[in-house]
Amino acid sequence: MITLKINGKEHSVDVDPTMPLLWVIRDIIGFTGTKFGCGKGLCGACMVLMDGNAINSCQMPISAIQGKEIVTIEGKTENLQALQKSWAEFNVPQCGFCQSGQLITATSMLNNNPNPSEDEVNGNMSRNICRCGTYTRIKEAITHCVELKNKG
Amino acid sequence: MAPIKNISRRGFIKGIGLASGGLVLASSAYSFSNFGSKEEDILEFNPNLFVQLNSNGSLILVASRSEMGQGVRTSLTSVIADEMEADWDKVIVKQATGDAKYGNQNTDGSRSVRTLFETMRKMGATVKAVLITAAAKSWKVPESECIAKNHFIIHSSGKKIGFGDLVEIAKEISIPENVILKDPKDFKFIGKKLPSIDVENLSNGSAVFGLDKRVPNMKFAAIKRCSVAFGTVKSVDKTEALKINGVLDVVEVPMLIKAFGPLGGVAVIATNTWAAFKGRDALKIEWNYSKNTSYNSETFMDSITANVHKPGKVEKSIGNIDNAFKKANKTHEATYKLPHLAHAPMEVPNAVVSVKGDICEVWAPIQSPQAARREVANFLETDQSNVTINVTFLGGGFGRKAKPDFIVEATAVSKAINGPVQVVWSREDDIQHSYYHTVSSQFLKGAIDKNGKVTGWLHRFALPTIGSTFTPGRDLPQPWEARSATDVPYDIPNLQIEAGKADAHVRIGWLRSVINIPHGFAINVFADELAHEAGKDPLEFRLNLIGKDRIQETKDAYKYDTSKLKHVLKTAAKNAGYDKQLPEGHAIGLAVHYSFYSHVAAAIEVSVTNGKLTIHKISVVIDCGTAINRDTITAQMEGAAIFGMSLAYYGKITAKDGAIEQSNFHNYQVLRMPNAPKIQVEIVNSNDKPTGVGEPGVPVIAPAIINAIFKATGKRYRTLPLSDHGLV
Ligand code: FES
Ligand code: FES
Repeated sequence: MITLKINGKEHSVDVDPTMPLLWVIRDIIGFTGTKFGCGKGLCGACMVLMDGNAINSCQMPISAIQGKEIVTIEGKTENLQALQKSWAEFNVPQCGFCQSGQLITATSMLNNNPNPSEDEVNGNMSRNICRCGTYTRIKEAITHCVELKNKG
Repeated sequence: MAPIKNISRRGFIKGIGLASGGLVLASSAYSFSNFGSKEEDILEFNPNLFVQLNSNGSLILVASRSEMGQGVRTSLTSVIADEMEADWDKVIVKQATGDAKYGNQNTDGSRSVRTLFETMRKMGATVKAVLITAAAKSWKVPESECIAKNHFIIHSSGKKIGFGDLVEIAKEISIPENVILKDPKDFKFIGKKLPSIDVENLSNGSAVFGLDKRVPNMKFAAIKRCSVAFGTVKSVDKTEALKINGVLDVVEVPMLIKAFGPLGGVAVIATNTWAAFKGRDALKIEWNYSKNTSYNSETFMDSITANVHKPGKVEKSIGNIDNAFKKANKTHEATYKLPHLAHAPMEVPNAVVSVKGDICEVWAPIQSPQAARREVANFLETDQSNVTINVTFLGGGFGRKAKPDFIVEATAVSKAINGPVQVVWSREDDIQHSYYHTVSSQFLKGAIDKNGKVTGWLHRFALPTIGSTFTPGRDLPQPWEARSATDVPYDIPNLQIEAGKADAHVRIGWLRSVINIPHGFAINVFADELAHEAGKDPLEFRLNLIGKDRIQETKDAYKYDTSKLKHVLKTAAKNAGYDKQLPEGHAIGLAVHYSFYSHVAAAIEVSVTNGKLTIHKISVVIDCGTAINRDTITAQMEGAAIFGMSLAYYGKITAKDGAIEQSNFHNYQVLRMPNAPKIQVEIVNSNDKPTGVGEPGVPVIAPAIINAIFKATGKRYRTLPLSDHGLV
């Protein structure tokens, strides 16, 4: 049995300790907001927050997660919720499939750096692929979110 | 318009039909009862297949086309809501299952809005008319004194009644035969920027994509397919696979040789996706490789290039091309070679299927739910009425998910294990077993007279055709696969288009904008080359080449209009600052193309520093007739620009001994944020019929980049991707 803390709740799972967190979340626990895109740490669709930092959950065996706080797209954190508002305002998603990962990466960035420069946004967000091509809107939405936070 | 068969008790409507095929318009045949929780005391009014008004005022509108990011759930339903004068906040969108009663549901060809616009308007207008009649009746006033506004019917005296409160009376009113549509100037949603109705669900993880569907007792499966197209299983050793924790079973999946038939292989059934993948990796399979082991991309490119360097099948001929070359002051020729591409939608193909005896239920991200229903029913040898295709959200499609092979395959697995299963493709599966965008070689030769005018245009192309997927062995294009070359919009007295032979060795499919990618590339780059040969400015030269205002072609009431083509080109150039002084080393390249009945131009500003390309800005102009949702159109142009950049920068699928060499996003790269430029979109104001939006933004991007690089550096690149040239 391995106990995981996801979105503030504990879950005990009885699976192979080498199983990546992604599949535990999706197939065992049943939160499907975290997506599978490549399985190789290349696309960022599977991003979750581990102690506030974005990680590719497809690359993280659950044995390495014991005692960590995991937040998925279904979770609630100040930065995530602020970004989600901004996403709606700029009508960012097209198909939406990559957007959980995009939002988690952006949240992690703002957790660590409340005022990212354009280069820093590009650098952080380069971990995530959007095949629909919503990059410009993502960038605008992040910028807007940062501006709002700085004001308020 | 096809007449409507009406099978309802009350209503009687003529003249409302879907553009293709008839539509059974019947409330009694259609039930919304599966939708959400139904409270007993809520009355429903189902005036047609697309509308359900509830007595609590909520309005359920049906989207018959699949949502894959193009915003169709919002655009189509907003048209109904606009004509109905409904309150958008009261709208709930319900996704239709795959069913012929909805008319054509194929979500491809950039056709949803353009073919359903009028129908959706009528669907809304009809309901509005009934509600007005209902209100007038209950108030005992003439209908002419009542109007509909924001979910209310309002009488000239000022009294008003909510749509929901009219449900009971409306149910007794017969549906009118003829309805008056709104004056476009009164549109409330159409032509505006309406955010996606799903924006929240798509930002909080709650939208259910195919991959997210779960049903009780569902197992997970992954399939090992032969690395060479159409190879079959000789023998399989499943011992190691079965040892893996979570693996339950191993079953063979048959190959079906037909357009949407699965490739077949060996499926590993497990309690979770990861175990299924691990089990799949542990299978030991011997294959009967097919004759396609002879497929090697390099030699194949040489062979189709040889075919375009000799005469081919004449697809179109005007004037006398040989004479034109003889008389020319100057001739110029170029050969363009473009590789295969894979769609790589963010969500891999997948399907949940539950077969129980003759009954089958499917949940899948599918662009063609009716084809899926037909193919599943054929496979199970059952009636289509026993098959339900639930359409989930699609995590991108780009044409890949128009082919239901992955659903038929999952059906075979569900049948074999006698229970519900989700078959998941890995990214490697997706990239290595796609229906590829075709590989192509194209030869162009132009004749220029002493005034710099083009007097001859020869275009030969050879490419494995989509037809080969439907008719194995077909090695020449059908007219529709030649059209984007034969329709070249240039006013040239001697013009010849020829097709060379090309065999297919992988499954060829359609990918966002399809044949327009290679043809649009060759035509736009070659025109730019001729401008240079003639010593003219590319914009002015191109406008002259397009020539006088005329209708190049008319099809299904859509007009290929050279004046629109010139307008979008000029506007894109202007928006890009074509006439302005650019920073040192910067240059703007142009391209213009007509596809899916839309006229689109791109002007792209680039620079090349230390051998590396930077794209600074993309200016796109589209004339797509009446704009339904300006925000969606803008988003589609932005997305198409990125899609076009991806294929220009990195897109390349190659085969070695029949097996695809690329496997995941490390060697089949797509664009990422740091390379995404500023994209400016202008939509031409028009009251013409709406035309395509999802695809026509793609073909102009790569050639405009090539033309810009030439202007900036003097180097002409005639093959893609640019990563092969070390430019990115
Ligand atoms: S699925 Fe984990 S990075 Fe792509
Ligand atoms: S919105 Fe479709 S992949 Fe990003």
